[in-house]
Parts: sequence; C-alpha cells; structure tokens
Amino acid sequence: MTGPGAELLSARGIAVWFPVGSAVTARLRHRPRLLRAVDGVDLDLARGEALALVGESGSGKSTLALALAGLRPVNRGSITYDGRPLPTRRSRADRRRIQIVFQDPYSSLNPRLTVGGMLRELIAVHKVVPPREQAAFAAELLRLVGLGEDALRAYPRQFSGGQRQRVALARALALRPEVLVADEPVSALDVSVQATILNLLADLRRELGPSLLLISHNLAVVRHLCDRTAVMYLGRIVEVGPTERLFTSPAHPYTRGLLAAIPRLAPAGGQEPGGTAGPAVAGDMPSALSVPSGCRFRTRCPHARERCAAEDPALASAPGEPGHLAACHFAFEGIAAGAP
Amino acid sequence: MSREGAGTDGAGGIRGGAGTGPGGAAPGAAAPGGPVLQLRDLKVRIATRRGLVRAVDGVSLEVARGEAVGLVGESGSGKSMTLRAILGVLPPEARVTAGQILLDGADLVPLSQADLNRIRGRKISMIFQEPMSALNPVMRVGHQIAEGPRVHLGYSRSKAAERALDLMRRVGIPDPERRYRAYPHEFSGGMRQRVMIAIALSCDPEVILCDEPTTALDVTIQDQILRLLARLCRESGVSLVFVTHDLPVVAQLCQRVAVMYGGQIAEWGDVRDVLLDPRHPYTLGLVRSAPDVDEVRESLVAIPGSPPSLVSPPPGCRFHPRCAFAEEDCRAEPPPPLRELPGGRRTACLHHERCEDVLATERSPR
Repeated sequence: MTGPGAELLSARGIAVWFPVGSAVTARLRHRPRLLRAVDGVDLDLARGEALALVGESGSGKSTLALALAGLRPVNRGSITYDGRPLPTRRSRADRRRIQIVFQDPYSSLNPRLTVGGMLRELIAVHKVVPPREQAAFAAELLRLVGLGEDALRAYPRQFSGGQRQRVALARALALRPEVLVADEPVSALDVSVQATILNLLADLRRELGPSLLLISHNLAVVRHLCDRTAVMYLGRIVEVGPTERLFTSPAHPYTRGLLAAIPRLAPAGGQEPGGTAGPAVAGDMPSALSVPSGCRFRTRCPHARERCAAEDPALASAPGEPGHLAACHFAFEGIAAGAP
Repeated sequence: MSREGAGTDGAGGIRGGAGTGPGGAAPGAAAPGGPVLQLRDLKVRIATRRGLVRAVDGVSLEVARGEAVGLVGESGSGKSMTLRAILGVLPPEARVTAGQILLDGADLVPLSQADLNRIRGRKISMIFQEPMSALNPVMRVGHQIAEGPRVHLGYSRSKAAERALDLMRRVGIPDPERRYRAYPHEFSGGMRQRVMIAIALSCDPEVILCDEPTTALDVTIQDQILRLLARLCRESGVSLVFVTHDLPVVAQLCQRVAVMYGGQIAEWGDVRDVLLDPRHPYTLGLVRSAPDVDEVRESLVAIPGSPPSLVSPPPGCRFHPRCAFAEEDCRAEPPPPLRELPGGRRTACLHHERCEDVLATERSPR
C-alpha cells in the first residue's frame, strides 16, 4: 500500500458523447449530431482522498462519475487504476474496487429483494467472505451504517429515505471498495436527515478509508466533506484545487459566481432580505450541442473579452500553488480577482 | 419606493378599481400597509385509511402588502397543505375544518368553487416547483400568459397580447416577441419559471403563493429567480407566501418567517431573529444540522428521531420526543400555544431560554 498522495484512479482526456436525433437524420447528415457531455477531462483521485465534483446540471459531472465507475463507456481518453489501464469491459475484481451510491434511494434499490437477500447475493457473487461468514458479515455491514439486524429481513419500501440511503451505503460497502462514488447522496433527503447521512459518510471514511468521489451541486456539503474540489462547466473542469483554497480564493469567474449565488443565512454585507443587487451569474448555461468557441464560460462571464472567444483556455496552475488550477486566461492575473 | 406601483406595468390601477373582495369588503378591510392575507387558527384534516391526519393544526399568520413571508419546514410539516388551503386547491380527501383565511379582511373558507374561481389567478396566484408540469405543453407560452387577463380582466385579444409581452419583458425573458410564440419545451428550466411568474403576475394579484419554486433549479438560476421575485415585491407591492425547506433561501428573500413542525407553527418572527438567533429547539436544530459554505464545522448536529405521526401526534408539544430540552410540562395537553417574546417574535417553546444558552456557549469559545 502506497501512502496518501499516490494516484489511485487517473483519467486522461476523457470524453463522453451522446448521439442525439434519429438515426435517419444522422445518416443523411453523414455523421450523428453529438452532445458532448464530457469533453476532455483529466482527473486524479489519490488513495484515501475525498474529491468533489461540483457544477450545475448539464455540466457533465454525473456522466464523468459514471464513466470513472465503469458504468458508461468513454469515447476518448483512458482511465488507469493504480497505474494499470482499465479496459472498457472491466473484470469483476476491477468492478468491485469502485462502488457507487446514487441520488435517489427510492429507485436505486431492488424492491423485490430484502436487504439481507440483496447483501447476501452480492457477497456470494463476489466471494467477499467464505459462505459460513456471510450472515455475520451482512449484519456487520448494517451495524456500520447504523441499522439494526432486523433490517436484514425488511424490504426497501419499509424504510424512510434516510434509512434507504443507509442501505445503499451498506450495499456499496459490502464489496470493500477502494473508491466510493457518491452521486448527490443527500439531495433527495430532508435537511435534518441529510446531517445524519453526511456524518455517517465522514465516519465511514475515517473507519474504512476508501477514497471518495462526491458529486454534488451543494457546495456547503462539499466544503464539509472533501479535501479537493473540481468545478465543472459544460463538460470541462474549469477549476480544481484544495477545497479550502478554492472556497477562500476562487480563481475562475464561474467558481466565484457559483459561490456568490448560494443563499446564506446571514446575507453578505448585512444585505436586507430581498435586496437590490444583481444576480451572481447572469443567463443560462448554453446547450452542450452548441458549445461556444474559445472559453465555454465567456457567454456568461462578466470579464469576457476578445481573446476569450478566440482561444480555449487550458487548465493552468496558480503561481506557487501547483495543486490549484484554473482554465481562464486571466485567472491569476488579478484582473478578475477583485470583483466577485 | 412606491408600494402602489401597479401603474407602471401598463395595466394601470386594476387593483384599485375592482378592489372589493368577494361578498363585499368586510368591515375590517385592510388599510394600506395592513395585512393583505391573514390565517386565523386554520385547521386542515385529511381522511385516510389509517385515520384522520391533522395536516394543518391551528396555523395563524399574517402577510403585509409587499411583504415576502417564508413558510419553512420538512416534508410532512404542513407547509404545502397550508398553501393549498389558501388557494382552495386541497386534495379531495382534505378539508378545512376550522379557522379563517382572510384576504383583504374577507373570509375565503366559506366560498363556493365558483366564487373562488374569480379569485384564483386574479387576486391570488401560484407558482409551482415544476414549471414543466404546471405549464400547458401544447399551448404557446404567450397565449398562456395572456389567458388570465382575457378571462379575469376582460381584455381584448390584442390588448392581452400586449400585456403578455410587457410581462415577459418584466420577468427578464429575452427577445419576447419571438419567445411569445414558443412552446414550454423550448425553454430552459429557469426561463420556464419566469414564464410561470409572468402568468402569476398577469392579473396584478395581491398575493402570489410560491411552492418551492426554486428547488428544482441550479443555484445560479435560483439566485436569478429570487432576485426577480424580490424586485417584483418591491416594485408592484405584491405579497409572497414562500414555501421551502431551504432556510438560506428564506433568509435571502423573506422579511418574516414561520417555521412549521407537525402541522403547527413552532416559531414566527423577523427572518433574521428567527434564523440567526432561534428561540425554538426545532429551528435551532435545523440551523445546526445544515453544513455552512462559509465555515467548516467539525460535525453536524443532526436532530434525533423522525417527524411525528399526524394521525396520533404526541401529546403536548409536537417536538418533545425529539427535543433535548423537553421537561414534564412539555408533555401536557393542550400543545403550548405561540407566545409573544420581546421584539414581536413568537415561539411555541416553553423553555426557549435554553436556546439562548446553547447559542451563547457555542459562540463564546471563538
């Protein structure tokens, strides 16, 4: 086992495209119209690290997570695990290493299997423990996620949303994964229940030590749980860095806008409720079918200028901060830095 | 900052003209600045196979002209049922069993559906969480916005169309002449919600009821819509009742807030008092259980237990089984009523000073 800092999961140049429209029009056109959901992403996840992917809906964060978990083939790019390239069809052992928890605990559990049945099937297929120890292991998993042993005989419909998400976590942990992917794990839950699941995720990470890839639109949740944060916009990563640094000195105008758009219990600068300030980010995200030329964010960027339409900015690191990168021509020049 | 700014929107003075409520203005008709909408001890019961659900159990609140009032709580707290009772669109099994809903001093509860139809969309309108399911998918959005003025205000086709274009401009839909003829599926989520807002505004209502209108939107779009709603309140003097589970959203938009739990109001008052310095353990629990974007906390303080059954709610304070402050007197019937504290805020907690202690100890070590 290598120490923290060693890359466990690495993605290089990942692209995932979806053909849209009918096959007939695609043939007439000689090539299909492509929706570029993920359009050239490099990402590294270190052993034991918690990395967040944030961005608006349609930014490609969930698609990227599915591709990394091997649940969706990629059109371009490569994924390596512990230095070894992962093929499109992964072996059972490789699939076991990366497990995923979905957003909606109402549709991601088999309604016709008891929790015990579901766990035993998984444990048996992947031969996680010898057959004699299966029952004890299943009970142990439920204890880990804070459910009693009677849950083994219950069906998913008998649980509340928060309890179902605990079952989904137990299911993912049953395979002793090295990477846990959680796609909006609390956004379908009530506020007071969210806290229990977030605390559970933090405890499980301390206890079992898997790497965590958390997909969330809730930046407060991200700041609470993750070591590093990557911000996605229209299929690309526009900024990535240590969470604390990204939240306290964001470099990309989009990151700054996202942070400013979050409603606060105590609005900034003692602003009155219903104050008159303009919106943090104007306009809508463009369609992934017609990505703007040059910088993708320029259509909504308050600092956009000619160069932004002509040149696509690459991710570049901040001076003296190699781990903090932003894809903006002016990110670290101090031009945009003043105005949030 | 005129509160009576209706004249600026091209439909001048409609509200003043037809202003008497259904059944004539009641004696206590609201003076300018007085409450537009008042709920008095409202109770809604739902008949189910498991028994009678006390979905709303004695809710009283008031909304002033041009004010945004937040109604927050978790699922099952009764916030949406309260909203639907105001508009008279309860599910068939649900009924208002007691209390009054006063619009400009006139009670809406005894009105027939026909009378309510003249008020809905005209004096009270609503914005829903999912604009795609609230809009008509096969009708051009311009026509949907123009429909209200045609039906309620008797506008001609061309005058209503003009009004719709004007509204589209006001809610920030770019290129309204072209968008007028578009269908809802051609709009993004944020733009659809703007269309919903234009429809809600189309007859210059007194009150707009908002049922989680930004929950399905991205945070940047939510920010745009909240700012738009705040501007409309300021400019046209319309009042909002804003239902959400998201406390910071209420802090950004609303002046006053009611925190609901188990079909009752746990705490009521100025939004900053209630959310930054709560006097009810449930509000305190909600505030402390959510992570903060601006501050990292060691661990989140979850509220133990789960919401009460509204078929057989716990005796006394609805929150006592989950409350760390609960004493013997909290279990005694009837449930503690809202009590007024200095500064005009109200709490249902018998031991609200404990909240102060918790907040004081939490803040002191820093």
